[in-house]
Amino acid sequence: MTELIKYTAAETAAAIAKGEVTAVEVARAHLDRIDAVDKKVNAFLHVDHEGALAAARAVDAKRASGAELGPLAGVPLALKDVFTTRGMPTTCGSKILEGWVPPYDATLTKRLKDADVVILGKTNMDEFAMGSSTENSAYGPTGNPWDLTRIPGGSGGGSAAALAAFEAPLAIGTDTGGSIRQPGAVTGTVGVKPTYGSVSRYGLVAFSSSLDQGGPCARTVLDTALLHEAIAGHDPLDSTSIDAPVPDVVAAARTRDVRGMRIGVVKEFAGEGYQAGVMQRFEESVALLRELGAEVVEVSCPSFTLALPAYYLIAPSEASSNLARFDAMRYGLRVGDDGTRSAEQVTALTREAGFGPEVKRRIILGTYALSSGYYDAYYGSAQKVRTLISRDFDAAFAGVDVLVSPTTPTTAFPIGERADDPMAMYLADLCTIPSNLAGNAAMSLPCGLAPEDNLPVGLQIIAPAMADDRLYRVGGAVEAALNDKWGHALLEEAPAL
Amino acid sequence: MPGITREEVAHLARLSRLELQAEELDHFAEQLDVIIGAVARVSEVAGQDVPPTSHPLPLTNVMRADEVRQSLTPEQALSGAPASEDQRFRVPQILGED
Repeated sequence: MTELIKYTAAETAAAIAKGEVTAVEVARAHLDRIDAVDKKVNAFLHVDHEGALAAARAVDAKRASGAELGPLAGVPLALKDVFTTRGMPTTCGSKILEGWVPPYDATLTKRLKDADVVILGKTNMDEFAMGSSTENSAYGPTGNPWDLTRIPGGSGGGSAAALAAFEAPLAIGTDTGGSIRQPGAVTGTVGVKPTYGSVSRYGLVAFSSSLDQGGPCARTVLDTALLHEAIAGHDPLDSTSIDAPVPDVVAAARTRDVRGMRIGVVKEFAGEGYQAGVMQRFEESVALLRELGAEVVEVSCPSFTLALPAYYLIAPSEASSNLARFDAMRYGLRVGDDGTRSAEQVTALTREAGFGPEVKRRIILGTYALSSGYYDAYYGSAQKVRTLISRDFDAAFAGVDVLVSPTTPTTAFPIGERADDPMAMYLADLCTIPSNLAGNAAMSLPCGLAPEDNLPVGLQIIAPAMADDRLYRVGGAVEAALNDKWGHALLEEAPAL
Repeated sequence: MPGITREEVAHLARLSRLELQAEELDHFAEQLDVIIGAVARVSEVAGQDVPPTSHPLPLTNVMRADEVRQSLTPEQALSGAPASEDQRFRVPQILGED
């Protein structure tokens, strides 16, 4: 029997349902793994031993009572620390929320609990999801399980690292500019940014409200689909939630057939700044899609070259407004309240002490972009770029079913290399940002190791809004073909921790 | 497109309620100047006749029925407050003495 921590989520749920293993045994195996390796990886900010075991016991009791179990009942999950969890700390990787225990569950948290998923704890992240390396966490960086001296991506580096370190078979991330897909790419795991509005943002601490989207992360395409199905769907508590049926992503993941599909290669995602080994694995994936019977064409999306600048105006602008709620009055840190200072002075001292440098930079940048005199040139132009990018996508999707590109221009870089060079850090999101600006759906899945550094490379698949099932159809086919070719899943090649 | 000065950063920090230290101001001014130089490329489209997009979904005014529903108790709502008193948030003075 394979070790329990190596099971996929689908295998785990099946084994529990058949009575081959108990949910408590599964939870214990993962908690033991976390206890054994997380001092090195630092994927978790909070581990809820008791809560996880109690949830697992409830699943075992439910099975014993003869009740039918859902498709993820008893499967452990690592939850990004940006979703509120009643009775469990939620920090967003920030000192300003250290010790805060939310009085309510996010809709996503509630859905996980309703699906009998066992929440192991909360994962590390760049502060308020601002970053591409998890180095901006106030609680120290997370290591990439492939090489602990390298970044696991960000902002959801903790969730991706937890999967790659076999600390959990499922994880949740949020993707504002690539924070699910880029960590997935650099850790050899799968991550999906669903269509904007298809997973509720209620209880997701806001960074950039028109871009933020929660989504599923796992080690296989099918597991990602099962989690997607559990968390997606209309929520009246989120006014930007789409009131329409979620595509059948689980059936699509099982199709494993791309014959007749039309696939576009985005011409603009190549060239200077792209690592040779990343492009090599990407081009092999494109050739593989052809072999599998897809029709591949090159498409041009000229406005994508302006996506990164537009994003770094829009996201900080929205953040500068959203983060105004951290005012030291209603929750979180309060500094300098000695009876002599005004509320305004206390707010300014608290925000200075509680926010890290990247958050401060973005608040100032956003305040600048929204200020009178600069608004039209910066924020206004960025909004026009957003329209142009959507038009490029519309034109492309008129001729193809999905688009493909590398997920990131490079493999995981060393911790510290870009920490104090914001523009270099921002380039990690070059290929992922257009989908956030347009609100469509995108996946990253492993497509091999770059020959020059033996680190994972991600293949990005992009589908039109509300056609998330196409990601799973293509991703499932690529994954099956690659695993056949390699004789095993890519993560089997990761070093022991 | 003009760059950003240390004085402008100090002003923006005050507007943003961030009590920045002197060395942070120096450092951020330098970095923000580089970032703004890079993102200013969006103004290439400033003159173009393109409608702005503020949001990916064309939703407006999503309403719910106006009825009383279960919500947090005062104790729950105050549970994370730095200071509270008589079921209210206790805050530092918000008005001057005179």
